[in-house]
Amino acid sequence: MLEAGFRNPGVVCLGADITASVGCNLFAETFPDRFFSLGIAEQNCIGVAAGLALEGKIPVFSTYGVFAALRTTDQIRVSVCYNNLHVVIGGAHAGISVGPDGATHQALEDIAVMRVLPGMTVLSPCDATQAKLAMLAAVELCTGPVYIRFGREAVPDFTSNDLDFEIGKAQTFNPGNDLTIIATGHMVWEALRAAEILHASGIGARVINMHTIKPIDKEAIILAAKETGAIVTAEEHQVTGGLGSAVAETMVRHCPVPMSFIGMPDCFGESGFPGQLMEKYCLTAAAIAEEALRLIKRKV
Amino acid sequence: MNMTPTKITDPLQLRKTAAEIRKSVVRSLAEARSGHLGGSLGLADIFTALYFSVIDHDPANPSMPGRDRVVLSIGHVAPALYATLAHAGYFPVSELLTLRKLGSRLQGHPGRDHGLPGLELSAGSLGQGLSVSVGMALAAKIDGKRHRVFCILGDGELQEGSVWEAAMAAAHHRLDHITVIVDRNGLQIDGSNEDVMKLEPLDEKWKAFGWHVIHCDGHDFIDILKAFGEAGSVHGKPTVILARTVMGKGVQSIENDHRWHGKAPTPEQVPGFLEQLSTS
Repeated sequence: MLEAGFRNPGVVCLGADITASVGCNLFAETFPDRFFSLGIAEQNCIGVAAGLALEGKIPVFSTYGVFAALRTTDQIRVSVCYNNLHVVIGGAHAGISVGPDGATHQALEDIAVMRVLPGMTVLSPCDATQAKLAMLAAVELCTGPVYIRFGREAVPDFTSNDLDFEIGKAQTFNPGNDLTIIATGHMVWEALRAAEILHASGIGARVINMHTIKPIDKEAIILAAKETGAIVTAEEHQVTGGLGSAVAETMVRHCPVPMSFIGMPDCFGESGFPGQLMEKYCLTAAAIAEEALRLIKRKV
Repeated sequence: MNMTPTKITDPLQLRKTAAEIRKSVVRSLAEARSGHLGGSLGLADIFTALYFSVIDHDPANPSMPGRDRVVLSIGHVAPALYATLAHAGYFPVSELLTLRKLGSRLQGHPGRDHGLPGLELSAGSLGQGLSVSVGMALAAKIDGKRHRVFCILGDGELQEGSVWEAAMAAAHHRLDHITVIVDRNGLQIDGSNEDVMKLEPLDEKWKAFGWHVIHCDGHDFIDILKAFGEAGSVHGKPTVILARTVMGKGVQSIENDHRWHGKAPTPEQVPGFLEQLSTS
């Protein structure tokens, strides 16, 4: 945020009471004239962002994903998307790994709702370094509405600034031709570990980091389907409507192959330590590897 | 460069202009066979005052940077906005007859994606326009610009909670360049506001939210212009004008009848309605 602010004088940041919690406090301190506190009033925040964008500013509004994407959906649909405005919406603490706060605060439907809106770009970076690159890209390269999904529980920051972040261009993190794991957000790290488990059994799993859910990288999906013949998707999100659905929509049109989904099975989360929750809801490397083994048997 | 057309201050001339705008509203709705007649007629005087007397704007250059912004939050009265824009010279009056038709720039609720000049916002889902106005006003504040932001709200719309989120924000940030006009006709689809969801004491509500409140007769141009003049001189807080209006104003046979909120006249009714508008 800070770097985006230094590089782009048009960037304006809006706060909805949890400014420090979503990492916007440095921006507020550095650019007090470009930060506006708007209180616990997310629907208004989105409308204000639309007004700022109509006047040529680049507003960034971040709060917890549940509120950023879901409490405000109609405002995002009409005031932002229908007006095709360059508003950057950050959905922080997304996924079940927000942990002890429980189901109300675990955004597990945000990808589905955001990606269905016309004109919306949906980004879901895999670690802290990529989150920064995604924010810069959303501010500097997009011209319409953008939703960026951020996780909370610290996963290893395994990518580097040298790894190009191109919106709509998936990244292959592990080569392999026996099947493909397409993951997004924190699940990319789990997918890489799953590939290691599979490697030990002599299975080469391709791992794709789908950091852009929309526009989705069709070429990468079609190539994976053709070359590996099976796809498993992994996301900290409901299996309905999220990454898996987006991948399936492309695959069934162009190159249908056996596919399965790792994600939340149409249910709410609950309180617990992040690790315990990931375990209980099968959002782990082991669960992905297990699913991959089942899937590979379905290959023709 | 300010190319604002000559502003009309003569109430009689404004009444004549408003009558022409009302006739265009009736014709366009009858041609469309659907739309919201009651509120569109009720707001015709406010729109006339804004575009012919109050705001700085240039119909030949709709995106003139220093123009005053008019944000219509109640998108369903778009026919009144369209008719006003056409009569002000933004596009040909004849285009009003394309209202709500396939391929028209005049969408049922304002849609900027169809390219109609003069539209500041695509809107129609209630309760959003004031938030957008706050954003526009904050942008002007950042850039040290002096133009004003006018936002038109319906009274029924005030039942949306997000309006009050925005009202709080405008006062908190001391946005004295925002003027809200509430179309206070007292009616909504299910009946009177007070029966559907009580709004009074409305002025006390706005005052409690930190706003300067002005009451005016929304059909008396002397009163309307006085209200806008007062709004422009208030410092440190936003202003709301509670404009008492009559739904269906000018067509006496339908005035104050909430059943005309979302109805269009039939082709057979048009001559009678136009006749009433000529004599009102």
